[in-house]
Amino acid sequence: MKIMLVDDSKTMRNIQKSVLTQLGYNDVLEATDGLDALSKVGAYEPDLILLDWNMPNMDGLTFVKQYRARGGKAAIVMVTTEAEKSRVVEAIKAGVNNYVVKPFTPEVLGSRITETLQRMTAA
Amino acid sequence: MDSQFIIPFVKSVQNVFETMLQMPVQTGQPTLKTSPAPGYDVSGIIGMVGDVEGAVVLSFPTATAERVVSIFTGMSIDVKHEDFADAVGELVNMISGGAKAQFTGKSVSISCPSVIIGGDHTVFGRKDLVCISIPCTSDCGEFAVEVALRANDLAPVASS
Repeated sequence: MKIMLVDDSKTMRNIQKSVLTQLGYNDVLEATDGLDALSKVGAYEPDLILLDWNMPNMDGLTFVKQYRARGGKAAIVMVTTEAEKSRVVEAIKAGVNNYVVKPFTPEVLGSRITETLQRMTAA
Repeated sequence: MDSQFIIPFVKSVQNVFETMLQMPVQTGQPTLKTSPAPGYDVSGIIGMVGDVEGAVVLSFPTATAERVVSIFTGMSIDVKHEDFADAVGELVNMISGGAKAQFTGKSVSISCPSVIIGGDHTVFGRKDLVCISIPCTSDCGEFAVEVALRANDLAPVASS
């Protein structure tokens, strides 16, 4: 299982990486914003992408639209402070598969990741 | 400034600290900051635009910030560590994001955070905005959330 972690905050990448390690996922590639992720995603071909929304250079929503337009198939979990219902709907319409609002507990993030991967397997 | 913009920050700072640090935060009586003056040593700043506009400052004494950041990151981090500012920025990001989600019916975007480190610094906000300081107390020490916001009557009405 290959997982890409996209967040401009190293602190948040480390926290999420720690959750992934606890879940047994160790093949993780980090990107610092949407543009960085787009440049890496083709070669890495992740199964799952954990994606922040508000980032410099390219935000998460723009990344999702461009990634899906290029035929990207990985499941995407948006991990963001953007908690308004309208934002969640906007993200889902753009191609996001699941949503976690910051702040989050490790348990919530872990369960959303597991749930998303189970849905992928069932599909 | 309407209290509708203050209560969401009280709830959000408590939620962020409780969720990410497992630490309760007590808030005191918000006070009007009548003129720019030095706050604490470390300031995380975020701008808001849209139906509500202005800025939010999360301000800590250095020792408090170091304790908070160390718990938040799970590592011993002092003010000189390369990840210190990143962690402070993420805290003000989460607090501001959580607060704006409570601005019912308002479409608001937040900026990427900036962090200022250094004793005796002053954050100068927009002169036309009233700044309210929310004093906070935690097991890591005292800190403050400063909120200078107003409803933007000129903002375009958000579509559904």
